[in-house]
Amino acid sequence: MKLHEFQSKALLRARGLTVPEGGVAATGDEARAVAERLAAAGSTKFAVKAQVHAGGRGKGGGIKLADSPDEAGRLADAMLGQPLVTPQTGPEGVIVRKVLVEAGVAIARELYVGLTLDRASRQPVVIASAEGGVEIEEVAAERPEAIHSEPCAPGWGLRPFQAQRLAFALGLEGKASRRVAHVMGQLAEIFGALDGSMAEINPLVITDDDEVIVLDAKIVLDDNALYRHPDLEALRDPSEEQPLEVEAAEHSLSYVALDGTIGCMVNGAGLAMGTMDQISNAGGFPANFLDVGGGASVERVAAAFRILMKAPSVEAVLINIFGGIVRCDRVAKGVIEALETVRVDVPIIVRLQGTNAVEGRAILEASEIEFIVAETLDEAASKAVAAASKTRAIAAEAGSGAGS
Amino acid sequence: MSILVDADTRLLVQGITGTEGTFHTRQCREYGTNVVAGVTPGKGGQQFDDEVPVFNTVGEAVEATGADVSLIFVPPPFAADAVMEAAEAGMRLAICITEGIPALDMVDVVGYCNARGTRLVGPNCPGVISPGSCKVGIMPGFVHREGNVGVISRSGTLTYEAVDQITRAGLGQSTCIGIGGDPVIGTTFSDCLGMFTEDEQTRAVVMIGEIGGSAEEEAAALIADDYPLPVVSFIAGQTAPPGKRMGHAGAIIAGGKGTAAEKMAALREAGVHVVGSPSEIGAKIVEVLG
Repeated sequence: MKLHEFQSKALLRARGLTVPEGGVAATGDEARAVAERLAAAGSTKFAVKAQVHAGGRGKGGGIKLADSPDEAGRLADAMLGQPLVTPQTGPEGVIVRKVLVEAGVAIARELYVGLTLDRASRQPVVIASAEGGVEIEEVAAERPEAIHSEPCAPGWGLRPFQAQRLAFALGLEGKASRRVAHVMGQLAEIFGALDGSMAEINPLVITDDDEVIVLDAKIVLDDNALYRHPDLEALRDPSEEQPLEVEAAEHSLSYVALDGTIGCMVNGAGLAMGTMDQISNAGGFPANFLDVGGGASVERVAAAFRILMKAPSVEAVLINIFGGIVRCDRVAKGVIEALETVRVDVPIIVRLQGTNAVEGRAILEASEIEFIVAETLDEAASKAVAAASKTRAIAAEAGSGAGS
Repeated sequence: MSILVDADTRLLVQGITGTEGTFHTRQCREYGTNVVAGVTPGKGGQQFDDEVPVFNTVGEAVEATGADVSLIFVPPPFAADAVMEAAEAGMRLAICITEGIPALDMVDVVGYCNARGTRLVGPNCPGVISPGSCKVGIMPGFVHREGNVGVISRSGTLTYEAVDQITRAGLGQSTCIGIGGDPVIGTTFSDCLGMFTEDEQTRAVVMIGEIGGSAEEEAAALIADDYPLPVVSFIAGQTAPPGKRMGHAGAIIAGGKGTAAEKMAALREAGVHVVGSPSEIGAKIVEVLG
């Protein structure tokens, strides 16, 4: 689960780290009010930052500087309610619903400090670079020697000597070195305490008088651990998530929207990805990833159909079930039963393999519903691609007929 | 022979009285696996299906029955602890089926198991089967057939699909290992590839990877260094978008890393027979084994 910048900063501030003074606003007036409060405390520069989950906000115009509270209000007004397009959002962008208004900070140096779970060494790793304020992936690709790291060994975490070693590797001295090492230690502790899967301060700013300030922060939490952090679950922002993905999650379905035309319903995540690949290799485009779970129960299949059919681009549905413990005849009956409650007006291609596959296929073929039945994965993908292009041709014909 | 589990395996099931545990213990026993004990805290003294003694702790079960492998069906909040209990009791092998364990719990568990010499397979996996002799997991036994292809996979149903193709092609499997779809797992592709080289029965390996992490690239480096067996591989998720978790907690392209294209290129470079579609796995292994 991704957290917003303002949420991440609140968690870091609670741990004693220094973040700029500021507040969240949902309207231009609110933004102006926050800036006026900051001005009363002595600020003369204000940052207005779009609060969206996508990265690369600066490049998309989602971070602006103002010289007065009025200007901050105007900048916020211009951002709020509008789509923000960044290198990570896709061309349609994401709607900005909140902005963070902060006091400007005089920057002397910008650093990068982050934590991630290193899968190869199977432990969290702290990553630091003297080149802050830019994407760490870019630094890693262009100048890998500028990236330093230290592992957090199970049971020990990041030891102070390791944090110091990183601070020295960044070329820091004296007070700044000690303060940056402290920030690294705190970040590692927060990562462990909150069950983070990624935590990043970029940039971590050093001012002329060696103050160390968290200028931007991003924390991603491990979904599997949220059960033990009910307070953090409350930070979820559903407006940042794809609506169909939210609906699927409510039915315990694993769904990811894509932009193709063949809706997929598969049991198992690996087979679901494999089915998408097979469709693509057959010349088609999957409309989604969808794992109905190993059991493929009637309720889940029905919910899956409802979600699939809400995606407007779907021209055919491909059901691929490998019956292991679940029997294919039961899945076939489940599909038919589900179709009594959900209207599906595009061709349905069904491929059942595994336990009682022959019986399952016979049930589908005997049904009044017109299924396109396939035996192999190969055949199923080809038939789905052909059916989708037929749907498209019929729609085009109907469209031109209406126009003439 | 086979690897990890065989006819001599003495299996213990942790969480044997739960719904999943009960169902799959019966399936394993039906397949012929020697289930010698079960553990459910608080239910010690009961008998499972009138034949398998249930204990309160893994230590008691091991002392009474000599169990050497544990199959774990414990719910996510308690699963990490269950694996540690198995390791502490001296299990040779712990196979954890549970999906949804916090990743940082697994960091501690993997360290704990390594320090005690217990091999962990999983979590979030279908388990391990040596066809014809021993099934320790939730995979459908009937699609398997004893033979000489070793199978290693991060997936569940996609593995059954591959196994089914191998069996239909007239071949069989030595051992099939589901290593799990989580970011932190106990046994890697490289570990399994190493074990297969010491198994006389295994003549070729099918490796089914997916997006996320770098385990396939590490395996490619191992294979490039004179690996003695032919390897066929499919990587799921060629069409997966970046930044999205594809079902498995570990199946995500993060920061532009962990794409199927990178993995396929690394494996090809290492001399692996990489197929582009899952439907080609069976035919390719037949071709490779001649």
